[in-house]
Parts: sequence; structure tokens; C-alpha cells
Amino acid sequence: MATAGPRGAARGGAAPGGAAPGGAAGQVRAGRVSASRVRPAEVVAEGWTWQHAGRDAPAVGDLTLRIEPGERVLVLGPSGAGKSTFLHALAGVLGDDDEAHEGGRLAVDGGQPRERRGRVGLMQQDPETQVILGRLGDDVAFGAENLAVPREEIWERVRAALDDVGLGHLPLDHPTASLSGGQKQRLALAGILAMRPGLILLDEPTANLDPAGVLEVRDAVVRTAAASGATLVVVEHRVAVWRDCVDRIVVLAPGSAGHAGGVLLDGAPDDVLAGARELLARAGVWVPGVVPAVRPRRNAPNLAGSPLNDAGSPLNDAGSRPYDAGSPPAGHLLLSAHRVGVSRERATRRRAPVPVLTGVDAEVRAGEALAVTGPNGAGKSTFALTLAGLLAPVEGRVEAAAALAGADPSAGLRAVGPVPHAWRAEDLVPRIGTVFQEPEHQFVTSTVRDELRFAPRQLGRGLGRVDELAERLRLVHLMDANPYTLSGGEKRRLSVATVLAASPRVLILDEPTFGQDATTWAELASFLTELLDEGTAVVSVTHDVEFTRALGGRRLALGSPAAPAIVDVGPVRSTSTDPQPTIPRGEAT
Amino acid sequence: MRDLLAIRDNDSLLARANPLSKLAAVVLPTFALALSIDWVSAGVALALCLAVFPLAGMTFRLLWQRGWPLILAAAVGGLSTAAVGQDSGAVLLATPLWDVTEGSLGVGAAMALRGLAIALPALLMMSCTDPTDLADALAQRARLPHRFVLGTLAALRLVGLMVEQWQILGLARRARGVGAQGGPLHRLRALLGQSFGLLVQSIRLASRLAVTMEARGFGGAERTWARPSRFSALDAGVLAGGVLLAAASVGAAVAAGTWNVVWMQ
Repeated sequence: MATAGPRGAARGGAAPGGAAPGGAAGQVRAGRVSASRVRPAEVVAEGWTWQHAGRDAPAVGDLTLRIEPGERVLVLGPSGAGKSTFLHALAGVLGDDDEAHEGGRLAVDGGQPRERRGRVGLMQQDPETQVILGRLGDDVAFGAENLAVPREEIWERVRAALDDVGLGHLPLDHPTASLSGGQKQRLALAGILAMRPGLILLDEPTANLDPAGVLEVRDAVVRTAAASGATLVVVEHRVAVWRDCVDRIVVLAPGSAGHAGGVLLDGAPDDVLAGARELLARAGVWVPGVVPAVRPRRNAPNLAGSPLNDAGSPLNDAGSRPYDAGSPPAGHLLLSAHRVGVSRERATRRRAPVPVLTGVDAEVRAGEALAVTGPNGAGKSTFALTLAGLLAPVEGRVEAAAALAGADPSAGLRAVGPVPHAWRAEDLVPRIGTVFQEPEHQFVTSTVRDELRFAPRQLGRGLGRVDELAERLRLVHLMDANPYTLSGGEKRRLSVATVLAASPRVLILDEPTFGQDATTWAELASFLTELLDEGTAVVSVTHDVEFTRALGGRRLALGSPAAPAIVDVGPVRSTSTDPQPTIPRGEAT
Repeated sequence: MRDLLAIRDNDSLLARANPLSKLAAVVLPTFALALSIDWVSAGVALALCLAVFPLAGMTFRLLWQRGWPLILAAAVGGLSTAAVGQDSGAVLLATPLWDVTEGSLGVGAAMALRGLAIALPALLMMSCTDPTDLADALAQRARLPHRFVLGTLAALRLVGLMVEQWQILGLARRARGVGAQGGPLHRLRALLGQSFGLLVQSIRLASRLAVTMEARGFGGAERTWARPSRFSALDAGVLAGGVLLAAASVGAAVAAGTWNVVWMQ
């Protein structure tokens, strides 16, 4: 036996929770927490300023703040307020950038954060990069190893930490690659807990998760923080998730040239929220109970009992007529999926890929929004990419109606076949536009201006639409900037604008509101209702109930991976408070 | 990435040996084989290697799944050597451009066998070795710097993510109208653009991972190891096996008179 397998080591090690008060040896069940009490850390910032090399304005300006040991604090602020920079500085990972400018003082337990490694644990947003090693137990042990914890104690800590975050039922050699996003974040938390830090920092820990994953991670954080007594600092856009779990809310103001940022508001959650609801909402913070105002639909089709559902209605017949002028009127069928099965794998000669989702029917109509919802792993994005003509369906078919595939001389479009996946790029782009979840994946040039002009140039069209879009999506002042240097909200607006520059009749968006602040959210939703009124069909893959409600239209709910066949189509009720309204549609055609 | 090479839940005999002794047992015959191009030494090494397969939990099916590019490369190398290699002996196949003779066919076969005999033991070793255990052994036993070893190990995990990113980038760019259409120059430009996109994404992933590792205290001078890397009697056996394999193949070739050291031709 050359390498003591992690399984064996754990078995040989002391019982989990041996160090817990009361010594609940080996008896830890899910929900019960054994984390050892730690000495909580204290954070003090005195006029602290940080300016990244080559930037005009400080990322964090003149921050004065004191966090008592054991306090649990939610940090809010609009994008650009330097929340992440603050957390990275506290974690001592801000980099040894010689040209960055630091002013004032930032201290953890009275000393430089950089010298306090091991006292501080940091969890970031992207689950993929929170995992370091291939086996579950090894990954949790990594931090403790780096802190030179004795071997026997490491496995004790690993077991206890995995139990605490609810992953104790998995074997220690479980492959980390097969964990879900929520599980990966809980694994990262376990790795942090195994270091027994006095300060736990969470940088938007749930931004990339579905609603179930959000609660799973939040509950694990709250449970373990309470048990260990560590100081907790959370940065999040969505206040509602955390407000009841923290002692205090701190709102940062954005630092800009000539105006230091610093703390805007600071106090107990209820006080801050009661006193500054309006202010927070204006700053782009998601405040519980406040849905940002969205421009309403003007000509939304009445879905309940609308003629769209009646087979043989004039609207349905019209789909088969050759179509040749302008945008099709609202309600026209543009694109449909028939018993579609989807997979990201490509079919090979020897075998067809196993679909992640089968038997999906859907209709995309002009001027109508379709929201595709369902838990992570249900195949929503894969379905959207298939509908968009980017992936071939594994089974069933995706069909473009004549209104979409037909010739349109006014837009310079020639007639094409009914299968979007077979279209050439220049036929696809002006018909179906797809906005990917990560805007950077779609950047193909080096300036915002070239990004916006890319599609019109390729299609041999004028550039009038470019200026209009730049104006409408507030990109005019950024025209010469490199797309990769924009903020998250700006990148999102640009990625929508570049796709719309080709004037597609169907717009497909994959999680367009992920990680966006309330301001960008409202702008995006309002812009989409305008597009809908103009007759564009909007399909969005989203977990965001408010977003779905703002756009109206229909909802396609995909099941869990365990029951993928459950497909449920119904109109979105705009006035309902029911979070997941579903009204089965009589005869879906 | 780990599933690309290591067999999951492999509980064979060799899976329990220390990765370092396995590495030594692979490197030794490889050096011996690199000395000579002849089909006897390569053939004996290959045959012995195939005989060890069950000890590593390897099957021919798994071998083909993981090793087909190497096997094809060896075959192509052998065939082309047979075609263009130095001719001697009877002409077996004559074409206007090249001849296959007894001599060139022999050299070609030796080349193909040698390629396989060098590649398969390495493949065999990786199939019964978890990368984490290899890193443990390299850092704890071979005393390589742990920062370097663990950094490489973490980066290895990103390779799998890169494959995924490449596919998404391809789709995302087609959605912008940049596709695999048009002439070769057009395609080449599209490919370069996609590669640049992948480069940017891999730098982002890597820097986020680096922050994660740094925040877990990585980079300090002192470090303990949760998994001790130990040697046992099994490792003596593995090492002896490697020596035996090298000795048998060289001995057989010398005895058969085919031993033919590369630089002494």
C-alpha cells in the first residue's frame, strides 16, 4: 500500500466532530453542525483606498469601516462600488501589483491581511474555479495542508467540514467533476471551514446557481457560520436571500474620479432597508419587495383563450402563406419544436448521443415572449441552442415557419429551407439571434464600435441601426473601448446590441439577467418589451421569475434531470404573486 | 481530464503501487528501447507489457479507447518507414515513387513496434495512477518543488474545462455569424479568432483558480501532506519488473543478433 487512500485515512482518523463542544463523536447528521468554535476575526478599514494600475478612479475610495469579531455583514452597492476588490484585499489575494495605489489602512486582527492567510477564507462566484483537486476529500484537505496542519487532524477536519456542509454522505474519493454547481460551492465552503478561519468572505457565492442551489448554499453558510462563530462578510446583489441571516448591512458608494466612494449606509438590516429603500433601488441594489419599474407591453396578445390556440384560426393559416413584407404581425408562428430531444454531444457514425431532454414541443410567435424555466441540468440552455439553429436536435425537429424562412427583399433576405441548423451563418443571423450567458464568448472584434458594426457589414447593410442601438443601450460613450474591458452590465448590454444589429426576428437569450444589478435588469427588460411590441419574438432561458413576469407571454417549464419528460406550457400571469404560475394550455398545437 | 487516462475505481494490483516506482519501471525500458531500432527488443517489450495488462486493470477495449491516437501514429510511422526507408533485399512492392523491400519493411515493422513498446507502458501507467497520487509522490518522494507540482496538477483539471469552452465558443461565434464557412483563408481566420477567445477564457479561469488556491493558503514554505506517499514491498516488485522488462528485451535482441544501437550504424 503505497498511498494511504483518503478513505482509509479517514477511517483511521479520529471521529468527525471530535473537537466539537459536547464531542458528538461520529454522530453528526445532516443539519447538525459540528464545526469547532474559532476565534472570530476583526476587520478595520481606516480611509482605505485602492486604485488598480492604469485606472483613472479608485476601485475603492476612502473606506472607513469596523466589523466586530463574530459579526455577520452583508455588503451591498452598485456594480463598480469595489465590493469584490474589498473582499480580495481582506483575503490577501489582491496581487503584488507595484503600480496599484493603496492608501489608508486595512487590517484583519490588527495586521496586514496578506500576513493573515489561513485566518481568512474566500469563496468566489464561479463554482468551476472553486474546485482545485479531483477527489472530494483531497480538495477539502488542500487548505489545511497549506497551513501545515498535522495529518491526523486534517482528516478529522475534512470529515467534520463535509458533514457540516451536507456532503458527508459522499465518499472521500468522490470525483469533484460530477458535483452540481450548488454542491461545488458547498465543497468550497468545506475547504474554507477545514482551515478554521476566523473570517469567512463570500463574493456573490450564489450568483451562478439556480434557486434551489441558492438556498442550499446559503443555509450551509448560515449554519456553519453560526456554529463556528466566525466573522462573515457576504457580497450579494440579492438582498432578500441574506437579509434575515446577517446582523448588519453596509452599502458602499461607487468611487469615481473626484468623488470618493466610502460607506453610504450602515446599520441593522431592517433599518437600512426601511430608511433607504428608494436610495438602494436607485443604486441598482436588489431590495426585497421592490421590483424595478419596467416599461409595460403596449400590444401584448391576450393569451388566455386567444385565437392563437384555436386550430384553423386565420392566424395559424397565415403561417403557410408566403410572407414578404416587414415584420410579421404579432401572433404569427415563426419557429416550432416538435418532440425535440437535445444534447450537446455531436452524433457520430457509430452512435447517437444520449439526449439530456426529450419530447419537447414549443412554439415561438412574433411579438410573444417565451420563458424556458427549470432546474439546473434540465437541459434548458441546450434546448435554447437547438431552437436557435446552433445545435442539431438529436430527435424530433425544429422547424422555421414560412414567415421566418421565407424571402424578405426589404431586408435583403433570400428564402431558405425550414431547418435552421442547416442555414448558413449569414442566413441564420438576420433571422434568429442568440445571446449567450457569458457575453465574452461572443466578442469577435477589438472595439465596441466594430462589435456593433460586425453583423450589418457582413450582411451588406447600412450602419443606421448601429447608432440607434448604441444610443438605446447607452454604449455611445464606450464606442472606442475594448469589449473585454467593460463592466458586467456594459458587456451584457453590448452582447444584446451586437446580436440585435442584425435585426433578427427571433431573439434567444440564455440567462440574460444572471448577476446583473437592478438597473441593468430594468433597462434590459424594458428594451425587450419594446422589441416585443415591434413584433420580435423573445425566447429567454431564465430562473428569474420577475423577469419572466415583466416580459409576459408563455412559459415552458422543463423538468428535473430525474423526470425530464415533464413539460408544461402556460401563459405567464403578469399580476399573480404565485412564484411559478402555470396554467396548462388546452391543446398545444 | 482524469477520466481521459486514469480508469475510475481501478482497484488492480498496480493501482496500489507508488506512482514513482511505476514511473521508474516505465522509464527504464523506454531508455533501453530508445537505444536500438530492432524488432526483437521492441517485440519482447511489447509482449511483456501486454502480459502485465490485467495487473493494471487494463483491457484491450480500454486500451483502444485511450490509446488509439498513439496506436495509429505508430502504424503510420511504421508504414511510411517501410515505404521510404533505406532499401535492401528483395523488392516486395514497387511504385514509381518508392519501393517496399525486405529491408525497409523490417525497419518499418521495428519502428512501429518500438513506437508501441514505448507508448503503451506510459499509457498503462497513467491508466492505473491517479494524477493526485502522482503529484503526491513527485513532491513528497522525488522532492520536486510542491508549488510547481500542485500548480501543474490544478492546471491539468482545467484542460477538461477548456474542451467545454472551445465548444461553447464555436457555437457563440456561429451565433455572431462567424462560422466554418467560406474558403480556407476565411476558416483559418475564424479558427484564429476562436483560439484567441479560448486564450482569453483560459487566462480568466486560471487567474480565478489561482485566487482560490492562494486564498486557501497555497504558496507558503511549510506544508503538510494529507496523503502520505509510501513505498512498500509491492514497489520493489514493480521496480524489479521494470528492470526485468528492460533486461529481457535487450538480452533477447543481443542473443538474436538484431541489437542495433542507433548512433553506431
